[in-house]
Amino acid sequence: MTLEYLQNYWWLLISILGSLLVFLLFVQGGQSMLLGTKDVTRRDLIVNSMGRKWELTFTTLVTFGGAFFASFPLFYSTSFGGAYWLWVLILFSFIVQAVSYEFRNKQGNVYGTKTYDVFLFINGFVGCILLGVAVSMFFFGAQFTVTRTNLLDSGSPVISQWAPTHGFEAIFNWKNLVLGVAVFFLARMQASLYMMNNITQDPKFFAILKRKAFFNGALFVVFFLWFLGMLLTAWGYTVIPDAYGSQVVEITPYKYFHNFCEVWQAGVMLLLGVVLVLYGWGRSCFSDKYTQGIWFTGSGTFFAVMALFSVAGFNNTPFYPSLLDPESSLTIRNASSSEFTLTAMSYVSIVIPFVLAYIAYVWYSMDRKKLTPEEMKTTTHKY
Amino acid sequence: MNDLMTVVDWSRWQFALTAIYHWLFVPLTLGLSLIVAIMESLYLKTQSEKWLAATKFWMTLFGINFAIGVATGIILEFEFGTNWSNYSWFVGDIFGAPLAIEGLVAFFMESTFVAVMFFGWNKVSPKFHLAATWLTWLGASISALWILVANAWMQYPTGMEFDPAQMRNVMDNFWELFSGIAVNKYMHAVFSGWALSGVFVIGVSAWFLFKKRNETFAVRSIKVGGWLGLIGLLLTMWTGDGSAVEVTKHQPMKLAAMEGLYHGGYSQGIVAAGIVNPKKTWNNAEDEYLFDVTVPYGLSILAKHDLNAYVPGISDIVNGIDVNENGDTINTVSYAERIRLGKLSHEALRAYDKARAAHDEAGMAKAMAELKENYPFFGYGYFDSVDEAIPPVGVTFYSFRVMVILGSYFLLFFVVALFAVYRKDWLQKQKWLQLIAMVSVPLMWICSEAGWCVAEVGRQPWTVQDLLPTKAAISEISSATVITTFWLFAVIFTVLLVAEVSIMLRQISKYSKTNLEIDNAH
Repeated sequence: MTLEYLQNYWWLLISILGSLLVFLLFVQGGQSMLLGTKDVTRRDLIVNSMGRKWELTFTTLVTFGGAFFASFPLFYSTSFGGAYWLWVLILFSFIVQAVSYEFRNKQGNVYGTKTYDVFLFINGFVGCILLGVAVSMFFFGAQFTVTRTNLLDSGSPVISQWAPTHGFEAIFNWKNLVLGVAVFFLARMQASLYMMNNITQDPKFFAILKRKAFFNGALFVVFFLWFLGMLLTAWGYTVIPDAYGSQVVEITPYKYFHNFCEVWQAGVMLLLGVVLVLYGWGRSCFSDKYTQGIWFTGSGTFFAVMALFSVAGFNNTPFYPSLLDPESSLTIRNASSSEFTLTAMSYVSIVIPFVLAYIAYVWYSMDRKKLTPEEMKTTTHKY
Repeated sequence: MNDLMTVVDWSRWQFALTAIYHWLFVPLTLGLSLIVAIMESLYLKTQSEKWLAATKFWMTLFGINFAIGVATGIILEFEFGTNWSNYSWFVGDIFGAPLAIEGLVAFFMESTFVAVMFFGWNKVSPKFHLAATWLTWLGASISALWILVANAWMQYPTGMEFDPAQMRNVMDNFWELFSGIAVNKYMHAVFSGWALSGVFVIGVSAWFLFKKRNETFAVRSIKVGGWLGLIGLLLTMWTGDGSAVEVTKHQPMKLAAMEGLYHGGYSQGIVAAGIVNPKKTWNNAEDEYLFDVTVPYGLSILAKHDLNAYVPGISDIVNGIDVNENGDTINTVSYAERIRLGKLSHEALRAYDKARAAHDEAGMAKAMAELKENYPFFGYGYFDSVDEAIPPVGVTFYSFRVMVILGSYFLLFFVVALFAVYRKDWLQKQKWLQLIAMVSVPLMWICSEAGWCVAEVGRQPWTVQDLLPTKAAISEISSATVITTFWLFAVIFTVLLVAEVSIMLRQISKYSKTNLEIDNAH
């Protein structure tokens, strides 16, 4: 295996983890509905339906971070240390999420159930939007420079430097927010579809969820098309590396449109993803008792995000374009780990199918029996 | 420069804060998951409801603790990027791998099966449920393995070489990650988790006895907790001894700081209790201790398993004096010389970079040769004086003593607890013993945290031993930013800890009033 092959392979794995993460953000979408749900049993149903999956989303985020660190450490050091506030706010929202499920209904939780539900809402709202903002920077760039020789400057030794706003400039960039808001509505739509599948014996709640799926889905479509329009018309960088590790960066009009055409697999995945999402959403909203929509929108989301990651990283495209110094842009070539590490990690990646298999089996085993309002009133094992 | 040092200090504080909080919860996860798995196995074997009740009680406490452990864990992982950006690039090629493997191999296992453990009672078969409980324990233990392998590598970097073109280290041997330091560190941490959980189970059960509620349940729990705790503690002591030997080999300065020893010697005694002299430095004539009680030969035995072995002190190491295995006095490289060689390695790297930019292959080869020769001291090149390379002696010295003294106390604690619990109906009447057991619970946490202070403060000023000091490992952020996030995390962690302890106490109280002693054993 050549280094180039390994870099492509690991970008693909990162894309798979990222795509799974965006699908699993339905947990955050469900959390964002908590404060608007007045009925206590239904609130319990939302929390317990989402609560049996929250750790999966959380773990996927952690593994996404760990795998990114292992395979593209220059991204880890540049983005996390640079867009400091963006990441700290995302992390903060996940800290308060992690305890809230377990603590919200327990006696002695000091701050009351409502506080923990607010925490879950914060994670649902802030987490989705800011993760969307973070991904949007893969296309619309970030304000950083990378100067390796800084390492030898004792007074200011940091290699990756960022604009003094340290992430706030990315959060308040409307282009990034468009994708953030799209992710938020996508997560809410998928949460509605997931609960339509996972919760039974409450027809009124089913109707409410269907309505939520419709409106959130419609808003998602609007924001996603907006984002897609911007992406396909955006100018991007094309990178030509030289033998000494430097790179020449050229500006290419309609870069990502070209990428979708030239990396045709990405174009196909995007189309497939869009069709699956629209089918799952449409059929769920317009048939009376259809509950399987989540599987179509879920797989559609997976393919669409895979397509986006592919055009971000492949075809000599920097997946983290620098707006301050184009030469500093991060590519899957200059930001990656060494051939040795990527090879070692590739052996480890053999476990991924097994991990996915046991997750699928446990998912099936746990969701075979649907949640009911009755269970919320009788079970002792609930959040 | 001043702001840089403030950023370094506050970044260290923020990382220490997160690690200290994280370590409040992790050892309990490591041990309590095993206790729950043992109890559930006993339930499945005996079909006795009493074991099911015990399993569910301890599982509830496990769940409360698990959630907050997860919350603090995610911050630790991402803080390598947010606060130690340079570090993430400089050694990310090696350090990132264990973190990724942890996520893929261990964390998914833990988080997938923990959901079955909590909610699968009526959804999966009893055997599948038991398997899920054991897999949760296994996932947590494997997770700890990769984290501690990563931590050990920072203390003893091996299996890599420096790539001057990219100005970072790259891995060249994966298996060297599993060094003696890593193996000892992993076992020491995991077994200490068993011991801590044993103390926790005994302390909580003692409260049941104190209140005269569910007494047979409490006695049963004390037996399981007592045996696991005792085994865990003995293994912790054994691996602690192994760790001391490894530290002597690879981080002699840390060992000297642990002992507050400036001038070493043969047949070196160990200070059992003492006060270090805060005025003492490596190059003045002050006494090392204001007060000390020394056990003869102790340090020579601890460090080299040899009564007469030579152990160097801080001043000896700084001056480059040691004794080899044959007993001959040898000159190692003094710290002043290390700083000089470190600066030479920086110069060589600069020359390499210039030659590379000019496509001058001969110049690159020449610079590379110089760099290679001096690279083992690369990190010293960031220092202007020897003092910067010496760890804080006081904190390391006292933490070490707190850990050892409390650890020894807990050996006695487990022996007494097991002795008492097997005397029929005796422990139930000994209020004073029950009180001691309850008061001992927080002491175990202090012992455990003190161990981490020894390991982490003792290795200062290095993020990567000899190669990258903390001051060159940071992110390019302002001190105001780090100070703000330090307080942000300090407040939220404390708020959540208060809730966790409160919920735990309430759950213990609630369960104590329900019947946990149903016995339908055949």
